Amino acid sequence: MKKVKIKTKQPKVIVMSGYGLNCEEETKFAFEWAGGAADIVHLNDLIANPKLLEQYDILAFPGGFAYGDDTGSGKAYANKFKNHLQKELGEFLKKDTLIIGICNGFQIATNLGILPGGLAWNKKGRYIDCWVDLKVQGKSPWLTGIKKLSVPIAHGEGKYTITATDYKRMQKNGEIAFVYTKGEICEFQNLEKNPNGSDYDIAGVLAYNGRVLGLMPHPERAMFPEQSPLWYLNKKGLKEGAGLQIFKNAIKYFR
Amino acid sequence: MLSRIYVKPKGKATIMSSYLISHQLGKDKILKIANALTNQTIEEFSINKFPEVSGFSYAIEVGFLPGVTDNAAHSTKETITDLLHLKENAKLSVYTSKIFLTNKKNSAQVKEFAATLYNPLIERVYLASKQELKIKKDFPRKELKVILKKSEPVIIVPLSNANETALSLIGKEGISEKDGTRRGPLALDLNSMKVIQNHFNKLNREPTDIELEALAQTWSEHCKHTIFANPIDNIADGLYRTYIKGATNLIRKNKGKNDFCVSVFSDNSGGIVFDENYLITHKVETHNSPSALDPFGGAITGIVGVNRDTVGFGLGAKPVANVYGFCFGYPEDKAKYFRDPALTQPMLPPARIIDGVVKGINVGGNCSGIPTLSGFVKFDDRYRGKPLVFAGTVGLIPRKSAGRMSHLKAAGKGDYIVMLGGRVGLDGIHGATFSSVALDSKSPAAAVQIGDPITQKKLSDAIVKEARDRKLYRSITDNGAGGLSCSVAEMAKESGGAEVDLEKVPLKYPGLRPWEIWISESQERMTLSVPREKWKEFEKLMRSRSVEATIIGQFTDSGSCVVKYGGKKIMDIDMEFLHNGLPTEHLRTTQTYVKNTEPKIELASYEKALENLLARKNISGFAFISEQYDHEVQASSVLKPLAGPGRINTDAQVFRPVLSSLKGAVLTSSTYPSYGDISTYHMAAAAIDTAIRNAVAAGGSLSHLAILDNFCWCSSNDPVRLGQLVDAVKACYDYAVSYDTPFISGKDSMFNDFKGYDEKGAPVAISIPPTLLISAIGVMSDLRKTISPEFKRVGDSIYILGDTNDEMGGGELYRMAGFVGENVPKVDARKNLKTYKVLEQTIKKELLASSISLTSGGLAIALAKASLGGMLGADISLKNLPGRAQTTLAKLFSESQGRVVVSVNPKDVRTFEKIIKDIPHAKLGKVSKNDILTISDNKQVVKTAIKKLHNIYHKFSNSMQ
Repeated sequence: MKKVKIKTKQPKVIVMSGYGLNCEEETKFAFEWAGGAADIVHLNDLIANPKLLEQYDILAFPGGFAYGDDTGSGKAYANKFKNHLQKELGEFLKKDTLIIGICNGFQIATNLGILPGGLAWNKKGRYIDCWVDLKVQGKSPWLTGIKKLSVPIAHGEGKYTITATDYKRMQKNGEIAFVYTKGEICEFQNLEKNPNGSDYDIAGVLAYNGRVLGLMPHPERAMFPEQSPLWYLNKKGLKEGAGLQIFKNAIKYFR
Repeated sequence: MLSRIYVKPKGKATIMSSYLISHQLGKDKILKIANALTNQTIEEFSINKFPEVSGFSYAIEVGFLPGVTDNAAHSTKETITDLLHLKENAKLSVYTSKIFLTNKKNSAQVKEFAATLYNPLIERVYLASKQELKIKKDFPRKELKVILKKSEPVIIVPLSNANETALSLIGKEGISEKDGTRRGPLALDLNSMKVIQNHFNKLNREPTDIELEALAQTWSEHCKHTIFANPIDNIADGLYRTYIKGATNLIRKNKGKNDFCVSVFSDNSGGIVFDENYLITHKVETHNSPSALDPFGGAITGIVGVNRDTVGFGLGAKPVANVYGFCFGYPEDKAKYFRDPALTQPMLPPARIIDGVVKGINVGGNCSGIPTLSGFVKFDDRYRGKPLVFAGTVGLIPRKSAGRMSHLKAAGKGDYIVMLGGRVGLDGIHGATFSSVALDSKSPAAAVQIGDPITQKKLSDAIVKEARDRKLYRSITDNGAGGLSCSVAEMAKESGGAEVDLEKVPLKYPGLRPWEIWISESQERMTLSVPREKWKEFEKLMRSRSVEATIIGQFTDSGSCVVKYGGKKIMDIDMEFLHNGLPTEHLRTTQTYVKNTEPKIELASYEKALENLLARKNISGFAFISEQYDHEVQASSVLKPLAGPGRINTDAQVFRPVLSSLKGAVLTSSTYPSYGDISTYHMAAAAIDTAIRNAVAAGGSLSHLAILDNFCWCSSNDPVRLGQLVDAVKACYDYAVSYDTPFISGKDSMFNDFKGYDEKGAPVAISIPPTLLISAIGVMSDLRKTISPEFKRVGDSIYILGDTNDEMGGGELYRMAGFVGENVPKVDARKNLKTYKVLEQTIKKELLASSISLTSGGLAIALAKASLGGMLGADISLKNLPGRAQTTLAKLFSESQGRVVVSVNPKDVRTFEKIIKDIPHAKLGKVSKNDILTISDNKQVVKTAIKKLHNIYHKFSNSMQ
């Protein structure tokens, strides 16, 4: 009886919002499409009721422009989070949970100190929205069955920066989630493989045995087939975009 | 105490941040703050000491002038307050600046470089040599408080005995201060001033300054659109009621039960049906005058301002897409112009304006999490004096919210008047009246503002994602032009009056006078009508979302708009007079048709002409703009701003406003200012035809398509310009009705003129060409049927639909050759409508591989774009081209409207040809496997490599990277 119950349990996702985060609705949509039950929770509501976090299996920091990137992307939101929820975050991480930080959420996660490295200004010093190809390197529940992935980026501060020592350690531990690579989309639109100039072509990283994933590209912006620039060449067939798999993996982890 | 924290990237740096903090905190606290402001992995800090850096000769500090919105300072203050658990009223001020390091050796070079880094209207600069920093260890620490001169809060303006000269002067240059200086334009003409004089004479009293200022705001051209409202020639009801609203009314009647308009012209945006659950709204604004003075501030304020027109639609719509349009002078134009005869107020050159405007929309749109989908850029020397900056926002709103029809709202008697969002400062004083006059040396610099997208995002989310559906307010409107004076007066119409206590309005800094608080256009504010019993819940919600909400008065049914300050009544204007007292003026026009002649153009090579045309900035790509605007946020993109392997700019964009639905929304826009040099009637017709065609070509449906008008005119007191206006407006009526596409919203900006001086002090006047932007918004029943413009597969057949006539007048080829010409494209709506219906059918049946609308540069340019967009060649023959074009030149470059080029998979050719047999069409050729575009007209006239075309198309954009 008990086993069956666990199998049919709908994993609960908390998607953070507030202060200029702005991808919470589509991130919630992606998790729910993948089979989860997602709630959007404002940072101040979580601060007012920190126990709330215990109810969730997955914590998502979505993309956005928290505090307008003032004082550096992700910094101010992470400061506020740490200032009030440090203990709860620690407890959440101790359990068998998952965390994802996408774009601004990744910047927040590095500033929270739950992921290594930092995100600096793009090498051209300008915000950029384009598609990229990713190659999966590390091991993580988030990445099960994914070898490569084409998704869009949209950011000003997305140049992943890491010291050589840390890089070596991460590589050894399988903590490089994705690297930018010259794949299908780059070939198609003749695009640069690493448009923001990230160190070692790193697009996403892992920590806590792969349970915490941070990435600059937006998988939720590749959840519908029509979002891909390649869709126009072959409109028939696909029911979902490649990006959805990341959300499905997370849900599957709890089933 | 003042402390400065520097934060610099680790290692080599050319730019760093400075936070100057005025505080009463201990050293340990400052250290804690510095740590919080630094991401230790990539940055390092230094307190009260310029960081150790090498390899520079000068450091240039750029910060804001006192009182100018400093967004980073707001965020920093919030961080510090939260970090140290300070009280909200703790003594704490933050001033941020950027410090640029340069290697330039002599101070003249450094000064020149610094001038490119800041705008003296809003920013300050401090240059420090390495030597100076070595000695002083730090940039000077000086607080940048706004200190306003003490002055009488309210003055009585003696009008009763004023003669015409005095009245005119007040109208033109503003109310006289005690010291004799004038406050800046009220933009009220003598006639209006006399009506005001009369009104107060009847009341047996003199007006206060705030009363006069309030009337000027409400009656401004910007708010009342007098030129469109007044009778003109024999059009007694005026242009707007007769032709724009007139067209919509007729179309709605004709559509009967298929009418999709829900809320048009009555609200901040126009709203139409999206599906059974949602409405979709659209509004396009202009922000021209502010963008000329401060391009970044002007543009960002433009985009976040029009976002509020969405949040202010009905009970509050969620912004789901941004659009933009820029008309600039050429970036290579380096001529120097000044606003004043003493040559002390320089105008910014086009290159600076372009840079700032593009960035303004970037920050405004990206920070707000609204995809910026649709846009265009046009260049003409005549936009050198005033650029045009169009900014628009599409919104989504459930048709019902908590049981209420969401497009209806009404402030109730006794409801609190609540100001929500930002605080009030001197920014934007006289914005509404300023945009109603020409730009010159008297243009108020305080009219410039900087938007704060995050403050607004917090407000917008709290309203449209929470408060609306909890029924916490009854009415809402935006604080835009005219600030509180306009928003409160507008909402007071719903209840029948208002009473405001201005002392309650939260201010950015002390010392503002009541009239300034009342008309200030400080950004990020909305005015709401909150029922008393909902206030507690509303206030609590807003506090928890970090949004400031303040009761500033109550709505009444007294029939008056009353304002108090310090317990004293300082304004009491009858609502009827305030809204309807403005005298009408009967406008007269003069028709002066300039007869142009058709030039004789002899081309050495058609191929070269095509390539040169493709390189023109009005035709070539602008990927550098499209790709710095987030167009994928909200996960809604379907047809993006850039399409195909060759990344051509699309003429239509399609997106998915409701993620769980397959219904799409299509957006397009069109403007042909150069056609107006021949005929503004045909200019307007072509803009409407193109906006509609672009939408249908991408998969839009004629039966669910609405349009918007934005008139940007010049010298609108000149009867000739007014004559051109009447022509254009008549075309709007004729073609909207012919295509059954209602206008749902519109805006005008009538004085886009610059009056100043050249480098030698000689007077210069530059007026924009009359410009009409038509935007279209449509609903697609299945977004999977969207068609993109680029060729897809080798072997696909290429067809043209529609007639090609000899119509190059006002077109890009003639412009390139230095001519205007006479044969401007004329729109045959009946014929085109047939074509578009057939086109729609072929898309519905999924017979097309690609579809591109023919616009500037004609057939040759469309073929080049479709080819380089798909990075595929094409073999084209012009032999059977339908229409009256005789010469190869006209066949290639005529800009005849109503035409589309499509490509069809061989397996669909038979079905396709059957459907198109009754409309003008020709099979032009095939998509070829060699990467070459060839065009023949009996003999080969063009043969050029796709790679070459690709390079040419992207050359301008690449140069702007």
